[in-house]
Amino acid sequence: MATHELTGTPGAALDAAVARESAWSGGGSPYAIGSKKLGMWLFIISDAITFSALLIAYSYVRVASNDWPMPFHFWPSIIKTTVMTFVLLTSSVTMVMAVHAGKLERRATAAKWIAATMLGGLTFIVLHALEWRDLIHEGVRLFQSPWGTPLFGAAFFTLTGLHMTHVAIGVVYLGTVATLFARGRLSSEDVEVSGLYWHFVDLVWMFIFPLVYLLSVRMS
Amino acid sequence: MEQAVEHAHAGASTKIFLYVWFWLLGLTGVEVWLAYEHLAVKVMLTLLMSISVIKASLIIAYFMHLRYERRSLALTLMPALVFVVAMIMIFFFPDSLRLLHMRPR
Repeated sequence: MATHELTGTPGAALDAAVARESAWSGGGSPYAIGSKKLGMWLFIISDAITFSALLIAYSYVRVASNDWPMPFHFWPSIIKTTVMTFVLLTSSVTMVMAVHAGKLERRATAAKWIAATMLGGLTFIVLHALEWRDLIHEGVRLFQSPWGTPLFGAAFFTLTGLHMTHVAIGVVYLGTVATLFARGRLSSEDVEVSGLYWHFVDLVWMFIFPLVYLLSVRMS
Repeated sequence: MEQAVEHAHAGASTKIFLYVWFWLLGLTGVEVWLAYEHLAVKVMLTLLMSISVIKASLIIAYFMHLRYERRSLALTLMPALVFVVAMIMIFFFPDSLRLLHMRPR
């Protein structure tokens, strides 16, 4: 490339320009996405590593304990968490619809789809809070458990608590984006970026649900 | 021309998103059914985690749109995650089995 530049021919100058624009040569936008979207992707990867570490830590203490409890009955726990999974997956579809409407500049429609997504998030939080309440009533605490190792409480509340915090933050984030987008103060890229966050929250639950609940069902 | 292509792509996407949603719900149903099958823990864990990885891949590829982005983005992001998770699994996780055997009976 440098040799071509030295020759000084018009073709060589064009080659050099193309090289500078090339994604693999550190062109202006190597991933062909905006900086906000790239920033969110980098955050998601770092957060995915955090959740991976927590999921592995949960599995670690479970494997290392010979009296790990199996506390989740079909009713209410498994039914409730299956409904929560359905709600979260559906809220991802409504978020996709919001991003689609946003790209078409249908701002009011996008805000409505985001509101539907927020409703899904709030339903998830309420159902999960009820699940926590039932376990707390049965005597599970952060460092205490009525059925064997007290590590169950610590591992369960830390993992599901961090996820629920992400859902709660997501609902506030989506509310802010919907309001500002409807008023014309944000672009469709902002809606798309908030969608990435929401789908990630959904994705994390796809691992928590089987690992924490389905692998600890009470058969009787 | 470009707008027409974009519109066609968006129209097809809505259909695909619903299709992916049905698959995700179906796989969730399979997971719940599996939980009540009397399988060995290792087999159950392998099956459930495999299904979860498929579900996560569907969400990343379609809902998070990574399939439609430039491939360099996925090649930058995913190896980092896989590498870190593999390192934790290889160097820390086997220690849990050692701890189990060290417990007084």
